[in-house]
Amino acid sequence: MLEPSILAASLIHGLANGAVYALVALGLSLVYGVLHIINFAHGALLMAALYAVYFLVERVGLDPYAAIPVLVPAAGSVGYLLHRYVVAKASRGREEAVLLVTLGVALVLENLALALFRSDTRTIETGWAFEMVAVGPALLPAAKLAAAAGALVAVLALWAVVRATDLGRAIRAVAKEREAARLVGIDVDHVFALAFAIGTATLGAAACLLLPTYYVSPQVGHGFVLVAFTIVVLGGMGSFWGAFWGGLLIGVVESLGGLFLGESLGQIGIFAIFIATLLLRPTGLFGRAV
Amino acid sequence: MNRPATLSRAPLSRRRLLAGTASGAAALAAPAILRAQPAPVKIGLLHPVTGFLAFSGQQCREGALLAVEAINAAGGIKSLGGAKLEPVLGDAQSKPEVGAAEVEKMNEAGVAAIVGAYASAISLATTQSAARYGIPHIVDVGVSDQIVQRGLTNTFRFCPGYGVIARIAIDNLVALNDAAGKPARTVAIVHEESLFGTGTAQLLQKELPARGFEVVEVAKHANPTRDFTNVVLKLKALAPDIVIPANYYNEYVLLARTMRQQGVRPKAIYSVLGGAASSFKFVKEFPDDAAYIMDCNHWYDPRKPAALELRREAEAKGLFYTYEVFLAHEAVRLLADALERAGSASRERIVEALATSSWDGHFMPYGPTRFVNGQNEGARPVNTQVLNGTIEVIFPAEFASARPVFPMPRA
Amino acid sequence: MRSLPAIGLFALAALPLPWLTGSGTVLNLATMVLLFATLGQAWNLLGGMAGQFSFGHAAFFGTGAYATAIAQIRFGLDAWSGFAVAILAAVAMGALVGFASFRFRLRGSYFALVTLAFAEVARILANSLEITGAGVGLLLPLAPGLDRLQFADKAGYYWFALVICAGGLVLASLVRESRLGARLAAVRENEEAARALGVDAFAVKMQAILLSAGLAGAAGAFYTQLFLYLDPHIAFGPQVSVEALLGPIVGGTASLWGPVLGAAVLQLLGEASRALTGGATGANLVAYGIVLVLIVRFFPDGIIGMGRARTADARGVTG
Repeated sequence: MLEPSILAASLIHGLANGAVYALVALGLSLVYGVLHIINFAHGALLMAALYAVYFLVERVGLDPYAAIPVLVPAAGSVGYLLHRYVVAKASRGREEAVLLVTLGVALVLENLALALFRSDTRTIETGWAFEMVAVGPALLPAAKLAAAAGALVAVLALWAVVRATDLGRAIRAVAKEREAARLVGIDVDHVFALAFAIGTATLGAAACLLLPTYYVSPQVGHGFVLVAFTIVVLGGMGSFWGAFWGGLLIGVVESLGGLFLGESLGQIGIFAIFIATLLLRPTGLFGRAV
Repeated sequence: MNRPATLSRAPLSRRRLLAGTASGAAALAAPAILRAQPAPVKIGLLHPVTGFLAFSGQQCREGALLAVEAINAAGGIKSLGGAKLEPVLGDAQSKPEVGAAEVEKMNEAGVAAIVGAYASAISLATTQSAARYGIPHIVDVGVSDQIVQRGLTNTFRFCPGYGVIARIAIDNLVALNDAAGKPARTVAIVHEESLFGTGTAQLLQKELPARGFEVVEVAKHANPTRDFTNVVLKLKALAPDIVIPANYYNEYVLLARTMRQQGVRPKAIYSVLGGAASSFKFVKEFPDDAAYIMDCNHWYDPRKPAALELRREAEAKGLFYTYEVFLAHEAVRLLADALERAGSASRERIVEALATSSWDGHFMPYGPTRFVNGQNEGARPVNTQVLNGTIEVIFPAEFASARPVFPMPRA
Repeated sequence: MRSLPAIGLFALAALPLPWLTGSGTVLNLATMVLLFATLGQAWNLLGGMAGQFSFGHAAFFGTGAYATAIAQIRFGLDAWSGFAVAILAAVAMGALVGFASFRFRLRGSYFALVTLAFAEVARILANSLEITGAGVGLLLPLAPGLDRLQFADKAGYYWFALVICAGGLVLASLVRESRLGARLAAVRENEEAARALGVDAFAVKMQAILLSAGLAGAAGAFYTQLFLYLDPHIAFGPQVSVEALLGPIVGGTASLWGPVLGAAVLQLLGEASRALTGGATGANLVAYGIVLVLIVRFFPDGIIGMGRARTADARGVTG
């Protein structure tokens, strides 16, 4: 039953899905690597970004891909304000407090979406995004290929920002040695908020690339949170390339797991890897590159 | 094209505030007016309107409220002197323990009966809680057969459970296949991993071979599932004659789309309790993916004008006319009928009235109600098919509004 | 046993509630508070006392819940034996998770995430295994009777919960005042220094997780008795893990009473937000989330910590 062509097609699909997961996980990786925050609101923020894309497409008539330059800065600004004036102020840097605060933010966002938009799932129709493209033995929707390409672009962009810009240097400094960074005059609170903002901005891009192949509802974030965490841990917290390769690996594991164990039990592959990574190589595949 | 989100917000929320908590309702009972009118009968409407079941819970609540309004507008409960129904709303938050807590509150608010709670897991807890106080509890959807197997005398289910649904689905599939000259022999089942999917799949798997079908694949998937490519690739390789999905809306849509994208076109997609297969929303938003899909699911009798009238009312409010809406609606009307016959708002009398109920005034294809151990024996699903951009009933013949197209034409 | 009189007083004061109130809602609320207080106390044995924050306590709660259900349904045991089995099974689960995590020296967020992963694995397995009923779940037959630990009168459940909660308090108190407690505190404050002083951090953390898991399993078994129906989501879902940690953090992890206070505050908060916002869907949970953030902002040491002098936070950004 498991002919090579099915296996190969499954592998390719897994890679494509994995790239999308990586895109979602990127922001989380940065936020954890720099701020050491496990951001419980990540899924809810993705959901909010997806609704934003949805309304941009339906009400303003933008193409979802054209929405990227709009949503990325918008999401980033929201992220900045959220961190600076809610998360940081409420938690004052204490780890367990941050967990609670991000949990609270997630609750608020999800139920606000529920109250405002009801719980129907919404989808968008984009003309070309559903043309099927043959990649080897696999048939992929063009939108998914676009998302995979977008993931690569996002990783490159983030990597460039962190390696080559002043902001990137400041972020790395603050991540390594908070007090020392403060001593040399870096506005640590500002940099933290910027890092969080970059994380949210990535979600904005992810949402634009994801919505054509998926849907949005108030609970849509839940499906991605655990996978995103797994990828962040697998790739190494704070490493973008780690998130990318980690995402691809998880996509393939999920696909093969589903093929051999069934889609329900197959999910266990993801968590088995999660646990194995944590136990055997907690710094992940790529360690801390930030 | 999707309807604007704000269509039905304002009037509903105002109505909801008015019909809200017990205290709010008590404040409304302006004594001067009521002296001339009998006291309203409080009925609890308990659904998971927040959390992961929010969509279905909200649809149920809307359907139930539409029934309450209609009954009140028509003069309330005549045998109680025109007493109006007063809804006491509860949110189970998609958790059984919260549902049970809401029952306590409804009990204290003095409800005569409860209608709810959409999900089987929640309904198991709420009916149990209600049983302590003898509160009659009509289960509006919840298909688990365990609901009516616990010996609780307060529990009544108007619609069928998945045992009956699976059995009838198979009977109808056999009939369909025979009538077309038996073109189908192999079957693949794709089901969601929780209660209704697993339960239905187990029954199908057991019975289908005895009826001449070979089950070549049973694919269980998680809720939510982000991608169905693997499942569809297997289907492509196995090329079953019939694919039987049993899952929730989102996953059904993703599965149907992926099947079309990957060029998997069996002789029929025959859902049993398919999440989107008999959903007007699905048909409207994904006409190409929905064409020719069959479902064996809850459905109204298309010959009854009241059912079509309700559809118009629901759509005028911006709701899709889904099974949650009409099942909850009729469950409330069942209760109203019981109140009429009981001539009293006492819980025991309502339980008696329900137990001896023989109500024919509904628009479901059930015949007069007859409750045995709390299950309405006449309750049955019906087969539908998406034809010409709408949902037609194809089976049984007495309710059919169109002839089945089987096998599906080649794309 | 310094706290024993206080615990006794608490139990004595809580005892007559069913006679004092005719309200089923109040009694139900109190029962749920006791249930979540127990779960929170269990979490706090590991979290507050040992400093190991678990995000996957559902793994222990769910194991206890399923164990007693399976023992009664599949093996015909009575509910009391089932309860004992539940605790043992949960302890075994604790041993598994603890051994894997602590043997590999996982700490902080890594530990939190690995517990999360274990809970998810448990959920997925429960969804696939025959013995747990897979996706269909398990339903205990309704049969009021002491041997079945099912009570015709809701007061019975309340007292049962009170006994378990008091038991958890006694356990926590014993640990706090014992040498184990001192060692846990040392490990919590600075694991390296503790090791240097000769504390066997691994053994100490293992003991903490075994006790924590056992108590959480007891809470799970109670849930089974109360609601009689389980499925993988109910038993192992993330909402359970969240409930387990919310109470102690809100109430205060440093105190014996923090988890109890936290559970009470959260349940009341839930009720209050529902009452204030009426039927508008989701509005009550929005209010709940906002208040949560506010509590963290104004009571960083938990509600019980308010009033204590706020010293400069050595770990993070101040103000």
